[in-house]
Amino acid sequence: MNEGQPVYGLIAEFSSPADLLHAARSAHGAGYRRVEAYSPMPVEGLAEALGSHGNRISLLALAGGILGGVLTFALQWYSVTVDYPLNIGGRTPAWPGLVPSTFEMTVLGAALAAFFGTLLGNGLPRLYHPVFNEPGFSAASSDRFFLCIEAADPRFDTQHTRRFLEQLQPLKVSDVGA
Amino acid sequence: MAPAAADAALLLWRSLEELHERDAPSQRTPGPAHQAVDALALDRRGFLKLMAASLSLAGAGACSRAPQQTIVPYVRAPAQLLDGGPLYFATAANLCGSAVGLLVKSDFGRPTKVEGNPSHPASLGATDIFAQASVLDLWDPDRSQAVTHQGQVSTWDAVVATLNTKLNHLSAEAGAGLRILTESVTSPTLASQLRSLLERFPAARWHQYQPINRDNVHEGGQLAFGEPVEPRYHFDQARVVVSLDSDFLGGAGVRYARDFVAARRAADGRPDPGRLYAIECTPTLSGAFADHRYPVRFSEIEAIARALARALGLPSADTQESPAVAAAALAGCARDLQENAGRSLVVVGDAQPPIVHALAHAINHKLGNVGRTVTFTAPVLAQPDSQTESLRALVADIAAGRVDTLIILEGNPVYCAPTDLNFAAQLAKVALTVHLSLYDDETSARCEWHIPQAHFLEGWSDTRAFDGTASIQQPLIAPLYGGKSAHQVLQVLLGQTAPSDYQAVREYWRKALAVADFETFWDDALHRGVLEGSQLPTKTLAVKTEFLLEAPTQPAPAGAEVDIVFAPDPTIWDGRFANNGWLQELPKPLTKLTWDNAALLGPALAQRLGLNNEDRIELRYRGAVVTAPVWIVPGHADGAVTVTLGYGRTRAGRIGNGVGFNAYLLRHSGAPWCGRGVRIRKTNEQYRLAVTQHHFTMEGRSPVRATTIAQFQRDPAALLRDERSPEPSMYEPEPYKGYAWAMSINLDACIGCSACTIACQSENNIPIVGKTEVRRGREMHWIRVDRYYQGGMDRPQTYFQPVPCMHCEHAPCEAVCPVEATVHDSEGLNLQVYNRCVGTRFCSNNCPYKVRRFNFLQYADTETESLKAQRNPEVTVRMRGVMEKCTYCVQRITNARVEAEKANRRLRDGEVVTACQAACPTGAIVFGDRNDPHSRVSSAKASELDYALLAELNTRPRTTYLAKLSNPNPELEKTGASDPATETLP
Amino acid sequence: MSSAAPEALPSAMLASPEAAGRDRDQAGAALLPGEHSYASISEKISGIVLTAPTARWWTIAFMLCSALTLVFFGAIGYLFYKGVGIWGLNVPVVWAFDITNYVWWIAIAMSGTFISAALHLTRQPWGASISRFAEAMTIFALAIAGMFPILHLGRPWFFYWLAPYPNVMSLWPQWRSPLVWDFFAILAYLLLSLMFWYLGLIPDFATLRDRARRRSVQIAYGLLALGWRGEARHWQRRQSAHLLLAGLAVPLVVSVHSVVGLDFATGNTPGWHSTIFPPFFVAGAMFSGFAMAMTIAVLLRRAFDLRDFITDRHLDNLAKLILAMGLVLAYSYVMEIFMAWYSADRYEIYTALNRMRGPYAPVYWALILCVVVVPQALWSRRVRHSPWVLFAISIVINVGMWLERFMLIVTSEHRDFLPSAWGMFYPTIWDWAILFGSIGFFAWLLLLFVRFLPLISMTEMRELLARQQGGS
Repeated sequence: MNEGQPVYGLIAEFSSPADLLHAARSAHGAGYRRVEAYSPMPVEGLAEALGSHGNRISLLALAGGILGGVLTFALQWYSVTVDYPLNIGGRTPAWPGLVPSTFEMTVLGAALAAFFGTLLGNGLPRLYHPVFNEPGFSAASSDRFFLCIEAADPRFDTQHTRRFLEQLQPLKVSDVGA
Repeated sequence: MAPAAADAALLLWRSLEELHERDAPSQRTPGPAHQAVDALALDRRGFLKLMAASLSLAGAGACSRAPQQTIVPYVRAPAQLLDGGPLYFATAANLCGSAVGLLVKSDFGRPTKVEGNPSHPASLGATDIFAQASVLDLWDPDRSQAVTHQGQVSTWDAVVATLNTKLNHLSAEAGAGLRILTESVTSPTLASQLRSLLERFPAARWHQYQPINRDNVHEGGQLAFGEPVEPRYHFDQARVVVSLDSDFLGGAGVRYARDFVAARRAADGRPDPGRLYAIECTPTLSGAFADHRYPVRFSEIEAIARALARALGLPSADTQESPAVAAAALAGCARDLQENAGRSLVVVGDAQPPIVHALAHAINHKLGNVGRTVTFTAPVLAQPDSQTESLRALVADIAAGRVDTLIILEGNPVYCAPTDLNFAAQLAKVALTVHLSLYDDETSARCEWHIPQAHFLEGWSDTRAFDGTASIQQPLIAPLYGGKSAHQVLQVLLGQTAPSDYQAVREYWRKALAVADFETFWDDALHRGVLEGSQLPTKTLAVKTEFLLEAPTQPAPAGAEVDIVFAPDPTIWDGRFANNGWLQELPKPLTKLTWDNAALLGPALAQRLGLNNEDRIELRYRGAVVTAPVWIVPGHADGAVTVTLGYGRTRAGRIGNGVGFNAYLLRHSGAPWCGRGVRIRKTNEQYRLAVTQHHFTMEGRSPVRATTIAQFQRDPAALLRDERSPEPSMYEPEPYKGYAWAMSINLDACIGCSACTIACQSENNIPIVGKTEVRRGREMHWIRVDRYYQGGMDRPQTYFQPVPCMHCEHAPCEAVCPVEATVHDSEGLNLQVYNRCVGTRFCSNNCPYKVRRFNFLQYADTETESLKAQRNPEVTVRMRGVMEKCTYCVQRITNARVEAEKANRRLRDGEVVTACQAACPTGAIVFGDRNDPHSRVSSAKASELDYALLAELNTRPRTTYLAKLSNPNPELEKTGASDPATETLP
Repeated sequence: MSSAAPEALPSAMLASPEAAGRDRDQAGAALLPGEHSYASISEKISGIVLTAPTARWWTIAFMLCSALTLVFFGAIGYLFYKGVGIWGLNVPVVWAFDITNYVWWIAIAMSGTFISAALHLTRQPWGASISRFAEAMTIFALAIAGMFPILHLGRPWFFYWLAPYPNVMSLWPQWRSPLVWDFFAILAYLLLSLMFWYLGLIPDFATLRDRARRRSVQIAYGLLALGWRGEARHWQRRQSAHLLLAGLAVPLVVSVHSVVGLDFATGNTPGWHSTIFPPFFVAGAMFSGFAMAMTIAVLLRRAFDLRDFITDRHLDNLAKLILAMGLVLAYSYVMEIFMAWYSADRYEIYTALNRMRGPYAPVYWALILCVVVVPQALWSRRVRHSPWVLFAISIVINVGMWLERFMLIVTSEHRDFLPSAWGMFYPTIWDWAILFGSIGFFAWLLLLFVRFLPLISMTEMRELLARQQGGS
């Protein structure tokens, strides 16, 4: 690709998760912060290597669960005691009968929170992303492992960074057009 | 035909043409032949649809047009009440031979519901199934709707014209060749008209025939007293009753049932209730109710009657012991009668030969019962001569060519005349035949002229009850299809120019009792529905004893020989109700059979012949052959097969055509009730019957609690000792301040007649579903009458138990409904909210009583106009997919409450009467406010006999039962009817 | 993007030898035997969808199932037009095939999510290859099961009255009705299963997107993949969400079948009114679910030559699970009878005896044979290792489980408290049409699934491979 054209970053291609993990560690060690690793399956410790500190999905789920449960129970109790009390089979309102629905909705609330939390957190759906410009990147979903250092990184420098990546023995290193 | 009439006919024909264009199918309803083929396969709703348009043409116009004459409402005077509320009119119906007084509810001018007339002796407020169902006949879309001449639509004027021309010839030779054939006539007006006709035409003859007639009763009187008499029983005075093949509890009429049960109301703790011995062939409701029942062959009854007479010290020709009933039993029975001389009674079934009636008269006389438990009056019939003979004479005259004009007023002789008379063929020989009837039936088809008859709710007449009490029959609505009454036809024959049944009836009574102020009398008669003091005077008669010494008319039957017994059908009688869907679908009290008749026989005979239920058999009797399905009836006498009449109609209408088999084909004028030596051949075909109750034992459970009075008096608590109600509940009880509706059903009073079921059906717009659906188990009755057997197959104890919704306070159905479609109201009613129901049917699963009914398909007929007019406007018509059930007649509760609130007072006990309660002949059903300690229902529930069905489930039902008490003769206990179960039932 | 695809393959080829090399020298009872690399996994599995030509058996089976599907919806159409009266229902038997089918299908739906979730939680590596189609099975079965509560209504167009929403009648559902619990249970289960499934599918969609040749296909899968690119942090979130959903699925699945059990247990009908129903139903559900999973596993393995992924060890484990569940079920049958006797309740005892001796006795004994006797064959290792025998047994079990539900429902209803109200149920042609129609529809959906979606999770297979390599 010719000079002067805006660059998204430099991307290195590896053949095994181990190599990628090592590359990620060293990149982070080298002070690169706007680094992203791509792999066809989850790689143990990769995110941590890039300096991520867990995520809040489980908290979200908890909140969703509580919300679903409380709302369902409240609705039931309100409807049978306040809004429209009825004599049904001579049985006065009692909580045990309200438990099953409450439980189901608790679980559903949690599940919805976790699912949509994930999509939101991952910023998906997002059909376009610059890394897709890298011709070989399509292998990232089957058998290749990529490390991309973004041009936006303060310590990014086309030559310097390329040299840094090459010393990690990737299969190849290439620019990613923005 | 007179040109004017011809034009008229032409005109009507043209309008019918238009009808053709608008609704071809309805006019092209297939002929009898086709209909007979697969009336069963026919989907009822389907063909009712066909009638819709023709109805709207015929019905819509007349639908709610009041009669021109003044008719007088019964209670809710004044008539010009304008709040749109229903009005009640007193009238009377003679459906099966004698009259029942009725109060008919009229909604916006539409007769919709029939109740009994409390001030009428034959009703006392109750009704039988026929009266209840009669309102459906009025609105039946299959009713004949036009005068026809040789099958072509014609006009009334045309008939009149023809008759007049005919009469001119007739009057020449004093009416020779003129014959009138009627059914049993109790109407004073009609009788006087007929007499004056005979005066006008001395050579004319009046014949009378009704297949279910009382010839034998009259001849029995002849035999015993030298004149035909009407025995009138006073069961309320009788303590010991011996029934010789008599079904005084069942059949048509309700007064005897009421008297009998009232007399033995054991539930009232009366120390010494009555006792009933039933000696009968075909199980009847009376037999089911009896304390001792002895199944014997029809033909053995005479011998038993003689033996009884002998045992009571009457002279007797033969000395043979009665073959069927153990001498010991008979002796005990005789002793019981003797001990209760003057308070005992021997009743005989109408079907029994004259001699048995005569014997009974002699016995009652001997016991000094006459004047106490039985009195005699002149026959209620205007003309008590033998009807079989009368018909035979008519046929003979026709054969001899002496008949040229035959006017048939009501009745369907072509269908129901004894087969040996071959009436249909003879009819063809008559030059002019005119038939007046409600339906264009078998006889109409073979008569030159057919005249649609006015239903009893459409026309004026009068009629006598079993005791002779006369009532004016006033119409509630103008004839829907321009129907005429017998009075009008006779008026034409009498040469009156403007025939009017109203005039006829009024004129008769004006002359008959020359009261000063006739108008007041008339209004009062209409208002009350009874003519005071019109009952027939009691006769005091001396019994001739010669007949006792005559040889038995019925020799003892040979062993292998099988008798064929003819009986009126429990629900469609002699066939006149064949097109009444309610009655067709009403389970027959003892067999629970619907939509069919069957050859009923006892288990022993069935075993001998290797027959099972629904096997098809050939009945061969005197050359005639009929195939019939078998139904085994526990307790049916051995050596006899019973066939019920009234089925196998070919021109009844779309409901009744081709249903069941025609037993008349086996009925001979010589043996109208019982024939000897019928041959039974088993075919290898099966015929599927629709039965509503498949399981007849109680399986060691005790839905029906029963004991003997002796045991009960020894230890009243014993009966319900195992009762575990009410069990503790986790929920605090609902207070139910205000009213708390509840019902008590007295099993000791219930005779199983099923009037409640029909009353409920008519009150609550309950649809009929047809045979196939009943076979699937989808009948819709809100109150069913369960029937259980206990004891051996040959002589079981029979129990009836009406089961409506129990309105449980802890209703299991409500707890499982996902949409609050069934909930409780503040007065404890278990409500069903039709428009909220989504039809999960979970409630039915959870109902231990299975009283909930589901609209699996669209059962309610929403097309047929006339049926719409019949419906009770206060009850929702349910659509498919919703659950329904007994509501305790919530609409009646509401009406009563509204009235009470208008007067700003609490409802009084007895102000709310449910439909089933109102109809019940024996007052077995009591409904009221449980919170009112003085209400009848409260006192009933206070009884030691009160128990809840399936109390162990702790559903806390509002409907409870009073246990059944029987009163067997202690001295017969060992041989008594209640012998322990030897064999179990299928 | 499109230009990327062609190059992807050669590079994969390049990679495979040495990857395969690493495979060879690693030992252990391999769940992933054979010469497999990341590339070959993607190759093999995505190939079934992308490159493999449509097989003849597939076309034939598809047409057959389409026919049955038409029957199914035809019957439903007529049902809506006429009403439930077209079935053999009556009073007392107001539920029969409708609810039987419902319970049967929802039980089949049980295993899918449960298998993958439970195995996922317990880090059972062997679950990887069967979880995907098991989940698919769950969703399809559940979708069909969910139809029956609606179909069985007298007025199905008002089914939504079971949902709480402000309405002109200002009425609410009757919360204590088990049918309302059902409504929520099915809703929750269906949604959760879908999310669980889709979450697992996203990366595989990405693979398909990237390996697809035709533009239209790329776009289709591209949309489904939501632009997934395998970022480390994305993987991280997805992993925890997947784990969470798995964790939620297990108790949910148990609750769903408990609720189904409660549909009957809360009724007072003898034979239903029993506290062992919820666990009993859960066991039954797992049983039939595993059996159905087995049926499908054997078929897929044969159809797409997946011995490498669905190994004998998989079948063996499934068989053991089935055997275990079968024993639990047998136990509950015994307990049912014992409880009836021990309750000393006249009605319960009668129902128990009536099941064995009554008019429906043949059904009872047939189900005992299918559900209790036949599965005992699984004790034998040889049986567990002959796929077609396993297939046969799994079919027998599924038939047996259907009979079990029918017996449970109908024998209890047809003779309850009052002998006068006893009756019989006879199915009509429409009952059968709906039953077999629904089976056809299920197969139809599965056929579409195997044709257009990766029937084994490539991601999880890669993880498996990585784990095995990690071991070396």
